[in-house]
Amino acid sequence: MAATAIEIGASPASNETGYRSFEIGGFSFARDEYFAYITWTAKGQKLSHTMSADAFLRAVMRAVAWGFFYGWINFDAVFGTQQLYGRVKFFAGRYNPSYRDQGLDYEEIFETPLAMETFRTLLRDWTNDGYDPFASPDETGTGWIGKKNGDNNEAVDREREVCRRMPGLPGDAPLRTDDNRRPGHRAFPAAPPDQPEVYPEPGFADEVHAHNLFGYLSRSDVTWNPSVSSVVKQSLFCPTTEEYILPIKHGNDRMEWFVQLSDQIDWEIEDKETGRPRAKVIMKAGDVAIMPADIRHQGFSKKRSMLLVWENGNPELPAMYERGELPVNLSGEF
Amino acid sequence: MAMTEFRTVFGSLKDYTKGEIEIINDDRKNYAFSNMFEVAATSAPYERVVVGKNVEYVLEAIRAEGTSDWYTAAHDEFALVMDGTVELDLVKLDDPHSIAPPDKEGAVKLDGEPVGRKMGRIRMWRGHQALLPTGAAYRFRAPDPDAVGVILMQTILGDESVEKWSEICYT
Repeated sequence: MAATAIEIGASPASNETGYRSFEIGGFSFARDEYFAYITWTAKGQKLSHTMSADAFLRAVMRAVAWGFFYGWINFDAVFGTQQLYGRVKFFAGRYNPSYRDQGLDYEEIFETPLAMETFRTLLRDWTNDGYDPFASPDETGTGWIGKKNGDNNEAVDREREVCRRMPGLPGDAPLRTDDNRRPGHRAFPAAPPDQPEVYPEPGFADEVHAHNLFGYLSRSDVTWNPSVSSVVKQSLFCPTTEEYILPIKHGNDRMEWFVQLSDQIDWEIEDKETGRPRAKVIMKAGDVAIMPADIRHQGFSKKRSMLLVWENGNPELPAMYERGELPVNLSGEF
Repeated sequence: MAMTEFRTVFGSLKDYTKGEIEIINDDRKNYAFSNMFEVAATSAPYERVVVGKNVEYVLEAIRAEGTSDWYTAAHDEFALVMDGTVELDLVKLDDPHSIAPPDKEGAVKLDGEPVGRKMGRIRMWRGHQALLPTGAAYRFRAPDPDAVGVILMQTILGDESVEKWSEICYT
């Protein structure tokens, strides 16, 4: 039986700018040369929110690549998504007291395939030739500005690399090499490409396995996009390379751990509900810290750095936190 | 546009700088903030100090100095070398469940030498990560007597895990 195509709400291309506009439920999305516009209705009033098209596309890119990730993806202080694991909530103003207190916030839940197809189609349409929302600003420039000018589907269709156990094992995700078009990144000229010395006894070549994780990371061609590189049951090592600003503010629905493998990232921490500033966490090589389950965070990396995001992928965790069965941080331990 | 030259900065036991937390309206304890090199600098050899915990799962920082005991686990573990050179010996246990039953979590220390077939060995250094497969016994060796290594373990909280949060974290 042929798969049923998902119908999304999309306009014809604008005669003026060449971009299509999109609708999902009570939300509509439009862009022009510089900006993305999100509109909704609350208390009988039409409301709109304006973002730089560059910032909006970088955020949509992560939402699509991460499959809406864990918890909340705040595009900024107004618009975002919440992962409901099978469904996705879009919200505007819900976590912004100025909107919320006036009853001007709006939220709506969608089946994940519809939300994903809407965002994926929007991303393909609004991304111009030569612009890569996964890349750092230094790498991709200003191709996002202006009327529609071609596309860059090769860039926006890149999928998150996820291993089952560890890259390089038989039947698992491949290692990154020159041969599979994953050259070393310009930012890591000093990262040694060497591999560990592995000496398996006969019959154990498939089980005695190691690789250069830092070398693997030095071949990443994207920013702020964790891969999954080793798995212990639901414990997921999700290393990533970071440069400039995390394009979203990630709201946690569970404890998330960061291990700074190289260089430095500054994290701005805000209250998850209100967005009020709580702390700034400055992490340097070798540092380990929690992002608690009751915050949202945004990272700033002045040079391309290596970050290990460590996740507990247990799908039961959000409900356990909501029932108060788990602490939001470890402060009760000491 | 002109950018300054990239120079990746890694940490090591001999050269690390711990970050910090600037509090606006919060408590530093909420972040369980430690530095694995600082932890390893004050740990006993092969003490498995928990530096991250997410329900049953943990990250352990290990000071690799000399030769460790033998360990096994009823699940995969992973060792990431963060400093120094570390060698890893692996043995396929003849009867792994007698040491670590299938529902046992975390690393289990063996009494004495493992009984089984040699699987092989791995020599690795900073940035290298090895699989410690289910049912295998393993031990670490730091081959250079003058150099101490640091290993970050991805595993599950177990009998060998050492928690001393108030000693390693900002309070």
